[in-house]
Amino acid sequence: MTKSELIERLAAHQTQLSAKDVELVVKSLLEHMAQALARGDRIEIRGFGSFSLHFRAPRTGRNPKTGDAVTLAGKYVPHFKPGKELRDRVNASIQEN
Amino acid sequence: MALTKADMAERLFEELGLNKREAKEMVETFFEEVRGALEKGEQVKLSGFGNFDLRDKNQRPGRNPKTGEEIPISARRVVTFRPGQKLKARVEAYAGSEQQ
Repeated sequence: MTKSELIERLAAHQTQLSAKDVELVVKSLLEHMAQALARGDRIEIRGFGSFSLHFRAPRTGRNPKTGDAVTLAGKYVPHFKPGKELRDRVNASIQEN
Repeated sequence: MALTKADMAERLFEELGLNKREAKEMVETFFEEVRGALEKGEQVKLSGFGNFDLRDKNQRPGRNPKTGEEIPISARRVVTFRPGQKLKARVEAYAGSEQQ
């Protein structure tokens, strides 16, 4: 499912907002989530999961072409931990087969 | 402060003028559609944010850490999140501002 398919499905399931409004909603929600992570905040959605930042320590990498050592600074990367309901539902779908 | 569904609904109310009930419902159904797609075995790709992928894990041997007893960990399907380039770049910029 892509972002545009998500917008279509949400629009199909409700009557109050136009497809255009639903598109604005989805974009606003994703932008809000990205902004939260970009300022180092966690996101906690019960039944879905939580997003947080994990630190990657500085390390010495290599330029694969020249073999030269390159110093890579530490950085933060986004991390998602699925919540219990999401874990259970995703796993139940395979157990039935 | 962690971002919650209530904060997200509040933003829809302020930014897009949805009424509070609509805003709350949209946040709820947004996450439900993503869960529903993953439950059906669909990958979810939200460009600019990231992809939710599904991985099927084989059964593997495990151990009860308390008793040391061996118990198999059953085969399962799990969700993984791969952040997109744009999100990764925005989050890295946060690390930069922390060091100043």
